[in-house]
Amino acid sequence: MQPGLYHILFISAALFFIGVYGFFTRRNLITLLMSIELILNSVNLNFIAFNKYLWPGRMDGLFFTLFIIAIAAAEAAVAIAIIINLYRSHQSIDVNDAEELKY
Amino acid sequence: MDIYGYIKYLLFIPLLPLAAFVLLGLFGKKYAGKYAGIFGTVLMLAATGFAIYTAYSYFTTYSGGSYPRINALSYTWLKFSDTLSIDMGFMVDPISMMMIVVVTLVSLMVHIYSLGYMKGEERFATYYAYLGLFTFSMLGLVLSSNLFQIYIFWELVGVSSFLLIGYYYNKPSAVAACKKAFIVTRFADLGFLIGILILSYTGGTLDFNTLIVNLTTDGSASISSGVAHTFLGASALTWGAALVFIGGAGKSAMFPLHIWLPDAMEGPTPVSALIHAATMVVAGVYLVARMFPIFAITVPAVLEMIGWVGAISAIFAAVIACTQTDIKRVLAYSTMSQIGFMLFALGVSGYGGEAGLGYTASMFHLFTHALFKALLFLGAGAVIHYVHSNEMKDMGGLRKFMPITHITFLVACLAIAGVPPFAGFFSKEEILLAAHHHNPAIYWIAIITSGLTAFYMFRLYFSIFWSKPHHSHHTHSHREGGFAMMLPLILLAFGAAAAGFIPFGKFVSSNGQPLASHFDLQFSILPVGIGLAGIALAALFYFRQNSRPDKASAAFGTLYKSAYHKFYIDELYLFITKKVLFNLVGKPAAWFDRNIVDGMINLTGNATQKVSAGIRKMQSGKVQQYAMYFLGGVILLAIIFIYTRK
Repeated sequence: MQPGLYHILFISAALFFIGVYGFFTRRNLITLLMSIELILNSVNLNFIAFNKYLWPGRMDGLFFTLFIIAIAAAEAAVAIAIIINLYRSHQSIDVNDAEELKY
Repeated sequence: MDIYGYIKYLLFIPLLPLAAFVLLGLFGKKYAGKYAGIFGTVLMLAATGFAIYTAYSYFTTYSGGSYPRINALSYTWLKFSDTLSIDMGFMVDPISMMMIVVVTLVSLMVHIYSLGYMKGEERFATYYAYLGLFTFSMLGLVLSSNLFQIYIFWELVGVSSFLLIGYYYNKPSAVAACKKAFIVTRFADLGFLIGILILSYTGGTLDFNTLIVNLTTDGSASISSGVAHTFLGASALTWGAALVFIGGAGKSAMFPLHIWLPDAMEGPTPVSALIHAATMVVAGVYLVARMFPIFAITVPAVLEMIGWVGAISAIFAAVIACTQTDIKRVLAYSTMSQIGFMLFALGVSGYGGEAGLGYTASMFHLFTHALFKALLFLGAGAVIHYVHSNEMKDMGGLRKFMPITHITFLVACLAIAGVPPFAGFFSKEEILLAAHHHNPAIYWIAIITSGLTAFYMFRLYFSIFWSKPHHSHHTHSHREGGFAMMLPLILLAFGAAAAGFIPFGKFVSSNGQPLASHFDLQFSILPVGIGLAGIALAALFYFRQNSRPDKASAAFGTLYKSAYHKFYIDELYLFITKKVLFNLVGKPAAWFDRNIVDGMINLTGNATQKVSAGIRKMQSGKVQQYAMYFLGGVILLAIIFIYTRK
């Protein structure tokens, strides 16, 4: 059976909510980062799927996906740099240990 | 500009004193020290030279013909519309030319005199800086070409008089006096400002020349609009003119706004001479004279009111002056009385021709009064300098010790008493003549006042220089004052003796046309006789020490007592302000401010504080919580979009 648009959207939605769930439940910053990557990839899937099924002759969704991947890579680099610095100052990468920035 | 070659020097006349103020004020204390006085005096001398030259050129250029009003060196400062703008300019006309001479001359005398009188003062340079500011303000006032400009300088005069009266700032009475002077005149200036607004609104301009034309041309649009608007039964024009006069009455210390004047004696004596002789107190007279055509032609009712205010002030102050014992206060009340003479002379005057005699007489009296009153104050200053007291009882028999002061003071007293041929005789005669023609009631008040004037001036003179045979409780180690103090006295004495022979009507008249001055010998008999009688009475009482003054004061009883207490006007003001105004207006206003106004501000502040205290917990520092809010927001937005934008 050829997978249709709805199958892919289902997977994408599942991926998105798995990512959101991970973001809210995990305490490890690296895991949070990974959850964000999941959310981003669900978006990527959406773009590819809509591009293929709704505007098959065009490449717009494809390019969006490529950009998102590039930005995700950059974001990961920055995030990991922040996490390393956080580890140096707090000896921990638990989000609950880094909540000084409040009222 | 080329035809009026002399006018270009006009700019220097006010700017030189201003330069003295700025330079001495900024650098005087540090760099000039005791030479500050010389510096200020030299600048003042230059300004006086320019003033005399300008006035001389003006009067000779048009001699014989009529004197025009020239609006020179005009510069548009703020332009509101095509017709209404605030300009800065110089008004050149007979009275402004006369005034610059008077102001610079008296100011110069005071500058020279202060070299001796204020020698060794700690704030010597500051004193001269203030004198410069005062002279600058007054010159700016008399040269103003429009109502707004005159108001600016009017306030500057107020400020500089405040500074000068409060010069001895560590003396509580001086501080109180300067505040009183400032507040009372400021209060009157409120009326002036409203008057300016009304007049400029109805007249459509601020410029004096245009305003006078607009408001005196019969049937012009300005007049009909001014008459069309009425308030409490009087037209807008009447209100405007009356309010402008209130400003003038405040500065000129007219009843009932005179209370600041006697207290202003707390300043150094040369300052009193400057304020009382030529500058601040004649500002009100000058203002009325400046706008005289409007008063005389358009609102004669206001002019009549001015006449009565002047007459009442004149006799009121004269009665008080008879009872005071502080020699400077006597002079202060005599100033008020003489200003009253000038004002009622304006009040009984008409516009143009013979009817305008009062106007000429008023300006003439202003001129002669400046000379002899400056002389009186400077003479009194010399006496005070010598005996270190203001009280008459500490003086007496001083003629041997202070011969120059004695002679010059006598000249001034004769001049103010109106004894021929001294200056005051001529000007006072003209005033009385004008009053005689136009208002017999005021004329008789004036005659009585002249008698009182002669009496209290010679009471002063005899008490200071005769009375006691010896001046006992003082060691006469020092002489009557240096050359710097005597020179102005001698110069002013010549002025006070001879200024009456100036054919004043040729130069100054209500409509610019020369007016022949005339004397009626028969008319003069009564005033001169009254004056001589006053002098004789004073001689009887005070020439030798005797018990007659006490008996007389006992005979007058209540009148004497109330006059001695200045008719309780000060107490009345205190009662009105402290008991009535403070309780009925001040306290509710304070309550309103404290509770309603402050309450609203506090309410806003408190509410903000409470709300923020409640919601600050949202900023927890927990990243996942923020993400939760964010997600919640996004979901909410998504729901809204789904249900509203189908």
